[in-house]
Amino acid sequence: MSSIPDISLILLKGLKVTLIVLVLSMMLSTIIALVAGLSRVSNNRLLTGFTKFYVEIFRGTSLIVQLFWFSYALPGLFNIHLGSDIWVAVLAISLNYGAYMSEIVRGAILSVPPGQTEASIALNLSRFQRMRHIIIPQAIRMMLPEYGNYLIQILKATSLVSLIGLTDFLYYGNIYRSTHLTEAPTVYILILIFYFLLALPLIGFTRKMEKVAKKGVVHG
Amino acid sequence: MTWSWEVFIETIPLIFKGLWITLGLTIACYLFAMIAGFFWVFMSRIPIKPVNWLFRWIAEFIRSTPPLVQLFFIYYAWPVVPVIGVTLNPFVAAILGLGIHFSTYTSEVYRSGIESVDKGQWEASTALNLSTAQKWRYIILPQAIPPTIPMLGNYLIIMFKEVPLASTIGVVAMLHLANDYGAQYYKYVEPLTVVALFFLLLSYPSALLISRLEKKYNRRFDKKTATL
Amino acid sequence: MEEPIVQYKDIHKSFGDVEVLKGIDLDILPGEKVALIGPSGSGKTTIIRLLMTLEQPTSGIIEVNGRNLWQMTDKKGEYIEADDKHLRSIRGDIGMVFQHFNLFPHMTILENCMLAPTIVSKKDKNEVRKTALEMLDKVGLSDKVELYPNQLSGGQKQRVAMARALMMRPKVMLFDEVTSALDPELVGEVLEVIRDLAKAGDMAMILVTHEMDFALDIADRVLFLNEGVIEEQGDPREILVTPKSARLKDFLVRFTTNR
Ligand SMILES: Nc1ncnc2c1ncn2[C@@H]1O[C@H](COP(=O)(O)OP(=O)(O)O)[C@@H](O)[C@H]1O
Ligand SMILES: [Mg+2]
Repeated sequence: MSSIPDISLILLKGLKVTLIVLVLSMMLSTIIALVAGLSRVSNNRLLTGFTKFYVEIFRGTSLIVQLFWFSYALPGLFNIHLGSDIWVAVLAISLNYGAYMSEIVRGAILSVPPGQTEASIALNLSRFQRMRHIIIPQAIRMMLPEYGNYLIQILKATSLVSLIGLTDFLYYGNIYRSTHLTEAPTVYILILIFYFLLALPLIGFTRKMEKVAKKGVVHG
Repeated sequence: MTWSWEVFIETIPLIFKGLWITLGLTIACYLFAMIAGFFWVFMSRIPIKPVNWLFRWIAEFIRSTPPLVQLFFIYYAWPVVPVIGVTLNPFVAAILGLGIHFSTYTSEVYRSGIESVDKGQWEASTALNLSTAQKWRYIILPQAIPPTIPMLGNYLIIMFKEVPLASTIGVVAMLHLANDYGAQYYKYVEPLTVVALFFLLLSYPSALLISRLEKKYNRRFDKKTATL
Repeated sequence: MEEPIVQYKDIHKSFGDVEVLKGIDLDILPGEKVALIGPSGSGKTTIIRLLMTLEQPTSGIIEVNGRNLWQMTDKKGEYIEADDKHLRSIRGDIGMVFQHFNLFPHMTILENCMLAPTIVSKKDKNEVRKTALEMLDKVGLSDKVELYPNQLSGGQKQRVAMARALMMRPKVMLFDEVTSALDPELVGEVLEVIRDLAKAGDMAMILVTHEMDFALDIADRVLFLNEGVIEEQGDPREILVTPKSARLKDFLVRFTTNR
């Protein structure tokens, strides 16, 4: 029977993949969320319509289905080869959570009180300046707590990548478990603890942002 | 590999059979999560600091770690746990796993509902000499629950979309059927597209309905708090 | 001499490090009407919330009908902290009307009034309904019984709150600035109801109020509270017309000029 440190070492072989997928997905989904969120509030009807379509498709289906779909359809159907399944995973996770997060971007922008826009017009700011200096800084503060929550969701979602063959924590855990059946409890508890350790900074960030969001936001 | 409409059409009735299992499992998991959510609320209200500190962190732990791993734990690890371990069929394991995971979310919803009830309501019910159980039953819960209905509705949709995780421990619903079909004929994209369409077809209208509800309850709630 | 129905014995109350009540001694006789005046923050609300068991004293004893509110004796005859059952057995004699009404928004006016008698006193529902309708008639709301609280004006809400408290037939009724959240033109209708109650009855009342004329009219005794101590008390005329202490004079002057 192996000790906890031994099993930990085996599992930690998957840390790299988990971290790569996590960091890339966090970045890409943030970019997608900002672009899609701003598109949703733009004046261009075509752009808003297209973004809405994207958001509803990805929110309306299930991430695990999307992940499988991408991993089979990209190479098979569209003959797109991203070089590594890591990119397939990142793309699926980011498109999915980008869609969810674009809604908080949109919601935050819309929730900045109209008085702020009116005041900026009165000061003769351009539409772009208005967004850049007045609306977005306030909106960001409001959306940060929810953003933090979504980062935790993304972390949890990275556990799905083993299903398309990527070698993360869970992949090594499953392999080890299949040959050491009685040690399954240790294996999965350790994996959960690793995920929780990765989640802690994100939980801390979210709580801090909840406090920040309560300050410095105009009400009414 | 090319897209085949024939395969697409052929897999619709096959996947449709799985839809009922997906829906049934969704509802079972959801009911479990709704009821178990009260457990966390109850634990966090026990007036012993270390106890509710402990339960708060347990809930936080469950909430911020992957439900997939939790499913594997319940399905593969639980049976070999000494003394208390039992072997569960995939269905029950999925209900427990997803149900417990989401109960940590429903409990937050309940908590926000309870906290939204004005302090004066507690005081007035004390002044009228209601017992603790009566305060909850007649005064607090009837006000705390209705505003949470849209949020709870959202979780039903989210649950629906998480249920395919159960295919990984062998629950034969839509996703599992699609993957089986793929493995047999090496045609994955069409059945997976059918699965995605079924999800979309059900969750998009539900989401619209929920946002309607949300507006309705928000209005009602505003009116209430504005006038006490 | 008559036994007091309520006794505060050397009551201290602190919130954190701040001592809000600094030794309150107060006896209230059955049927006595006591007006409690004093500057904002002097501890008036805290005094009556203590009696309603919404706050627990830091030290001192409160007795209702000679029974210790926060302590009881266990089987061995030793003093232990009161449990919920003990509190509820005493609380039945006390009613309270709040500054912000605290009506139950999800129940109709009639249901608000019927709730406690049916579920706490377990009285027959039809009897309770009859009494509630009479009570609501007395406060002038017989045409509003099926409405919800948010369909009423502030003055009407406060009259419902009074009817609701009266349904439990308390021996002591507490009023915490019940008119201060109301629009000025609605104050009169609420005071009128209290006046009728005061004239009618054998119910003791503690009223926190800023309506000096009203206090003069109905109170048997006026207490002036300042920074957590009862600074002066006595006959309403003495206190309000010929105050002795400089602080009370100051308070009354400032109060009348502020209005
Ligand atoms: N729950 C509480 N926590 C902390 N301080 C309180 C609390 N309730 C009252 N206080 C403080 O106690 C003092 C007296 O309050 P209160 O009895 O409401 O005065 P009054 O009714 O005479 O205006 C005030 O300084 C108030 O800030
Ligand atoms: Mg007060």
